[in-house]
Amino acid sequence: MSVSQFNLPDVGEGLTEAEIVSWKVKPGDAVKVNDIIVEIETAKSAVELPSPYAGVVDSLLVEEGQTVPVGTPIIAVNTGTETPVSDVATPGADLGAESSGSDAAAPTGTGADEKGATDTGADTPAAEDERQPVLVGYGPRSSSPGRRQRKRPAAASEPPPDQQRAQQSAHAGSAQAPASGDGRARVLAKPPVRKLAKDLGIDISTVTPTGPNGTVTREDVQAAAAPVADTADEAVREPAGVSSELGWNGQPRTERIPVRSVRRKTAQAMVESAFTAPHVTEFITVDVSRSVKLAERLREKREFRDVKLTPLALLARAMCLAIPRTPEVNARWDEDAGEIVMQRYVNLGIAAATPRGLVVPNIKEAHQLSLRDLAVAINDLASTAREGKTPPADMQGGTISITNVGVFGVDTGTPIINPGEAAILAFGAIREQPWVHKGKIKPRSITTLALSFDHRLVDGEQGSRFLSDVASLLEDPANALAWSMT
Amino acid sequence: MTVDTAVTSASGTAADTELVQLLTPEGERVPHEHYDTLIDDITADEIRDLYRDLTMSRRIDSEAIALQRQGELGLWASLLGQEAAQVGSARALRPQDHVFPTYREHGVAWCRGVDPAQLLGLFRGVDQGSWDPKENNFHLYTIVIGAQTLHATGYAMGVQRDGAIGTGDPERDAAVLAYFGDGATSQGDVNEAFIWAGVNNAPVVFFCQNNQWAISEPLERQTRVPLYRRAHGFGFPGLRVDGNDVLACLAVSREALQRARDGEGPSLIEAFTYRMGAHTTSDDASRYRLDSELESWRLKDPVERVKAYMTREKMADQAFFDGVEAEAEQLAEHLRTTCRSMPDPHPTTIFDHVYVDTPPTLRAQQEEMARYLDSFVDEKEAQ
Repeated sequence: MSVSQFNLPDVGEGLTEAEIVSWKVKPGDAVKVNDIIVEIETAKSAVELPSPYAGVVDSLLVEEGQTVPVGTPIIAVNTGTETPVSDVATPGADLGAESSGSDAAAPTGTGADEKGATDTGADTPAAEDERQPVLVGYGPRSSSPGRRQRKRPAAASEPPPDQQRAQQSAHAGSAQAPASGDGRARVLAKPPVRKLAKDLGIDISTVTPTGPNGTVTREDVQAAAAPVADTADEAVREPAGVSSELGWNGQPRTERIPVRSVRRKTAQAMVESAFTAPHVTEFITVDVSRSVKLAERLREKREFRDVKLTPLALLARAMCLAIPRTPEVNARWDEDAGEIVMQRYVNLGIAAATPRGLVVPNIKEAHQLSLRDLAVAINDLASTAREGKTPPADMQGGTISITNVGVFGVDTGTPIINPGEAAILAFGAIREQPWVHKGKIKPRSITTLALSFDHRLVDGEQGSRFLSDVASLLEDPANALAWSMT
Repeated sequence: MTVDTAVTSASGTAADTELVQLLTPEGERVPHEHYDTLIDDITADEIRDLYRDLTMSRRIDSEAIALQRQGELGLWASLLGQEAAQVGSARALRPQDHVFPTYREHGVAWCRGVDPAQLLGLFRGVDQGSWDPKENNFHLYTIVIGAQTLHATGYAMGVQRDGAIGTGDPERDAAVLAYFGDGATSQGDVNEAFIWAGVNNAPVVFFCQNNQWAISEPLERQTRVPLYRRAHGFGFPGLRVDGNDVLACLAVSREALQRARDGEGPSLIEAFTYRMGAHTTSDDASRYRLDSELESWRLKDPVERVKAYMTREKMADQAFFDGVEAEAEQLAEHLRTTCRSMPDPHPTTIFDHVYVDTPPTLRAQQEEMARYLDSFVDEKEAQ
């Protein structure tokens, strides 16, 4: 056959797996050598892979969003009548994932010869072979690969007698290898503990060890044997009597969604923030009619001609003006140094919903920007984020953030502080509401601001002052005239 | 204590830093009173050759990156953006000069006549550098940052002791060219090399490709003064050249190498350029630098400006450019096929180059290892 498969290469010195982010080709497409066929994301970076073959795409072997080990065949290309460019080896990976039948001319080294030994190929995952990530070079393996080449049957060759000792020691060395070669790490436990596990019907390799040097203790086995009341699955199990396996619309009742990179990072950041910084949230309802009018007036002006001036930009500007009066909300808690870092600049984070999840890029040196420039920066930031092109540098070094929950039509929330910052302000929806204005009930543009702050850095007094400062600027932007520069 | 307050930035300002440039990014030739005289022998033919060298260097690089992404190479260090600095300096060399490269000097290797396919073995992990350094006077790639500057200085001192400088014989007088990057200037080795070269007046040219990034560390974390000014403290001249201008790099390298050959001692050239790719294929540059910076350098592309110059001066037509392109594709094909057919080395080759005459104990180990390997069925077939 002239169908060649391309195995996922190790593109970053010691990576074990990668996520297929998006396919750039589909079955039936013609490809040339070095045409980009797929984008993958590894622990180190997102990279595009060029095709090693010219031909027609036969099939895509891995779906988008899947994470597969290095060495897994990911695409099959029909290379036509030419001599098949045989399978591409993955040097440095040697996971033995040779695909079938084409070890002809490939410089595959040891891999091709080992089909018989490990024909499981793709399902020889690197789970026990993880390397610790490092910036450059191969990371140290956390455990040995445990795979050896097949040994010739003992009787096959008779070494000269004077070499027997050496030969024996060599054999002894290789003979030990298969002990760990069943793909499973050896469990450390004392014999009585092993017996206990056996007696209790527990597979000791599944017990989480807590003893010294990773040994399984008696307590570990007992804990594993204890009836588990509520695993996640059981908690959501439907009440007895409901027999259907389906949920609404005939779809499965539950669906497991792999946690992908941005979502995973969001989760980690949120948990970290919520459980390290004691959060306090305060609210204020404010009449922003004057700000809304101001925005309308400014939009008419020549300098704002090409700018999408939104209330969000006014809020951003108001925060920049209010921060110097209460600098604590813009400070940072340095746990390691045991210090509070006062930051006399504003890198203003704007939480953005993107197809890949929540990201909080920030506007650098926002305090130096005019209202116009802020509006431009916010728009740029948001569109870059939506395209998924926010560079990591844009997400680092934020000092305070805004989350514009109003765009989703809700009044307010209790936002979680972006890790490393002291406060976040939620901007609710602006609605026409009856409001007492100059002694009469009038329809006014009303919104709610919610400020969450880290109580380690910011006291209630300071948080309240900042929030009311921002509110007063939105209520009457002219208040800014009354303020000093600091 | 006085501090020269005018000089506090690594990149320097236009006012206090002279950058030798003969070809603008738009491909316009700018006259220079002094450096024009150093390249006044360059004909249109040779300009075309330089363009070909630049294009070939870039194609070698892009093919190697593709091969790495296809799993054929473990790693590759891209030269993208630095073609002019490499080609310009390398074309200033004479056959008897000796080059000490880093692991990124693929364009220099090309100009020295090393088969680019031979560069791949190191990055595929099948050899430790397979070209003969004596054949083209092109030393093996040095991975240890900056170490080659000491090797180069020592070699230059050897040239000095051979009396191969200052004789006035253009076939005999030799210089040594040491390549390194901006990051290497922070290494002790480089500073030691500067001292040794300065004190001994060694015939070595230190050619620093300042590509602005030492992996993820920007230049301002390496220095408070423009790098070329450091030479003055070591007692030899230094200058900065537009590293994306192949003619300027050729001119300043010619002058510095001739100084060395004439026995006038070392000099430092800071080729101000930019690493357009990541540090290596294992690195993700978007994590630490901005696209806007990349874009601003894209406008200064070293290959495009020569093309613009040639077109403007009618030195080449489309047929010429197409011909070079086709040649580059052939070279890429050569790299692909050679790379994929490179045999894995036999494990016992590690014994081969340790001693000229292998001592008995080592020979015994070698034989023992051979027998051990022989005890596996599959190893035999592989060989």
